Amino acid sequence: MPPSHDSIVIGGGLVGAAIAWGLTGQGLRPVLLDEGDVAFRASRGNFGLVWVQSKGFGAPHYQRWTRASAGEWPALAADLAARTGRDVGLRQPGGVQLCLSDAEYEERAARMAQMRAEAGNFGFDYRMIRTPELRGMLPGLGPRVVGASFTPYDGHANPLVLLHALHRAFTEAGGTYVPNAKVEDDIHAAPHDFAVTAGGQRFAAPRVVLAAGLGNAALAPHFGLSAPVRPQRGQVIVTERTAEVLPMPVTTIRQTTEGSIMLGDSVEEVGFDTRQRPEVIRVIAERAVACFPWIGRLNIVRAWSALRVMAPDGLPIYDQSEAYPGAFTANCHSGVTLAGAHARLLAPMIAAGALDMERLGLLSAHRFAHGEAA
Amino acid sequence: MEGAPLRVPAGASAAAAVLLAGLFRIRETPVSGAPRLPYCMMGVCFDCLAEIDGVANRQACMVPVAPGMRIRVQHGARVALDGGAG
Repeated sequence: MPPSHDSIVIGGGLVGAAIAWGLTGQGLRPVLLDEGDVAFRASRGNFGLVWVQSKGFGAPHYQRWTRASAGEWPALAADLAARTGRDVGLRQPGGVQLCLSDAEYEERAARMAQMRAEAGNFGFDYRMIRTPELRGMLPGLGPRVVGASFTPYDGHANPLVLLHALHRAFTEAGGTYVPNAKVEDDIHAAPHDFAVTAGGQRFAAPRVVLAAGLGNAALAPHFGLSAPVRPQRGQVIVTERTAEVLPMPVTTIRQTTEGSIMLGDSVEEVGFDTRQRPEVIRVIAERAVACFPWIGRLNIVRAWSALRVMAPDGLPIYDQSEAYPGAFTANCHSGVTLAGAHARLLAPMIAAGALDMERLGLLSAHRFAHGEAA
Repeated sequence: MEGAPLRVPAGASAAAAVLLAGLFRIRETPVSGAPRLPYCMMGVCFDCLAEIDGVANRQACMVPVAPGMRIRVQHGARVALDGGAG
């Protein structure tokens, strides 16, 4: 018999680590299996926004889940600071999306109005702000900026410190972290009875959580689950550190607590290809300079690409196995934004043995069952 | 170098000039304020950041010296925009 744990979490990135740590708060002592540095490591490439305003157009349940996560974030950050001494750099001053033409502004205004309409009684607080007023909020705006949407829910944090703090809090709470532990095909799944081989060891538990990012697509069917996720490449540019300039994040531009300015938000469908393309980097840089011309005078010190974990409709997927109760899956491209929800809302559901379908039912992979199943 | 003239071999880097001058620091880090001097000399570690000819945060090890070049200590973070939030 393999050594038995009360739960196995597959995937040591932000999603897996947040859930695993959350489970320790429910009295469980999970084993967290992490593939290794050959993995695609979306959590290492994250932009670091805790972002609400663009999430859930046409899907108000996703807006509610995202907003709930942003609401849990201050407690998450405080808890991690108290347990690990790490400051994850959470700032939630609100955020803006800049518009570089009247057409962009009108389209954004219509989108935000639609978001408010869909939110119903839940509400959706936002403002469309024209440039004269915006200049008082953000310094050094370029002449092409005509306005912006603002919501008070948005913020940002340091994704690498978050990942480290989650891991540390998890192991200090009694969880077991196993690196270089890619789960192999030798998988046993039965109701409340699971076993996997990883890193040459066998692990067994009555509960398993698939949080392996892009790896979930292949893992899920072994557990009677479906996770039709694909890679979507994003590229990021980072400038030298500067004295604080930006008092709040912009969808594609944020200044870290250390002073670096991060530029990003590209989207490419290129499969499992993590190379960088100068053409895309140029577009990111051009847009950033159009928003804030002074960024053009800064040195770029790093640039990278990473693969988002993307479902066919761009929303997260949360599921519990009907064939094998005790198996769960979590998939998303917003590991930072949703960390609050994963640690503090999702983990208690998993520990209790059932997802709250009122909250997460519409985010099940069942939504892909009709028509073009992936 | 910090306003004082310094003779440097042709082709040397500005970081080499900093070391030749015997400075105790060429920058103070923007996060902790710790003093730093050139270290890797090959463009990787960013410890040699200096203000060169009026431009802040340049990697001194990657810049060849030139007659009349002005090298100054980089104090903390560069100011990206005069009158910014900082």
